[in-house]
Amino acid sequence: MAISFRNSVGLYESALKLRSARAEILAGNLANADTPGYQARDFNFADALKNQMNNSPAGDELRLTQPMHQGGLDGAGGGAMDVQFRTPTQPSLDGNTVEEQVEHAEFMQNSLEYQTSFTLLNSRFRGLMSAIKGE
Amino acid sequence: MGLTTIFDIAGSGMNAQSLRLNTTASNIANAETASSSASKTYRGRHPVFAASFPQMLGQPDNANAMDAPPESLGVAVKGIVESDAPLQPRYEPENPLADEQGYVYYPNVNVVEEMTNMISASRSYQVNVEVANAAKQMVQKILTLGQ
Repeated sequence: MAISFRNSVGLYESALKLRSARAEILAGNLANADTPGYQARDFNFADALKNQMNNSPAGDELRLTQPMHQGGLDGAGGGAMDVQFRTPTQPSLDGNTVEEQVEHAEFMQNSLEYQTSFTLLNSRFRGLMSAIKGE
Repeated sequence: MGLTTIFDIAGSGMNAQSLRLNTTASNIANAETASSSASKTYRGRHPVFAASFPQMLGQPDNANAMDAPPESLGVAVKGIVESDAPLQPRYEPENPLADEQGYVYYPNVNVVEEMTNMISASRSYQVNVEVANAAKQMVQKILTLGQ
């Protein structure tokens, strides 16, 4: 039986991509914590991962052929994430809906989960490596 | 897009917050700068923040990105405005700067307000530093993939 790299790596690759996209969005929220009228945004990770896994056909990913074209947020499949505005628990007077403690907690959790996905992906590679070497 | 954009975003946040800290420092330093006429008196300065696309951060005339479709946004400083709050005229005839009626004008800086501004700005700055640090760790981690 041939070793399928794609099948063994698949989920974690998508997870890492989405985790880094989410880190970016949360970083934007934190940077705009004092911008009047800014609305905090986020996406549902579980749904996005499900979309990503269902939509991306094995091996074929959308490629940018022109630098002026818009790329998908996650660089593959596009539109896997449904970015939405967060509902604040304590909206502020200036219309800003960023709650720093919430965003901070989400960001930290996200980066820990990124490291988790990374560790799992890495151990997959190690597993493949030892299968190839046959040690 | 990707982890490196986080550095731009966190950097824009740090930039904006340090500018805010700068104006706060200037306001507090000049809180007691008296002047003999209302037009020459120091007025409190405050930066105006606006969300901006990370790739357009360096450009001076970047459109307000707030109405654009949801995407990660950095923060840009649109400009610095002077406060319109009334100045404080004080009767100090012994002051060499006093006008004919014996009044000197003090800036419209509220030191308490500025102190809270300072705390908020330095905390927000710290958060952005932490974000950049976390992103750095994530990037460093990914470089060790397969080792």
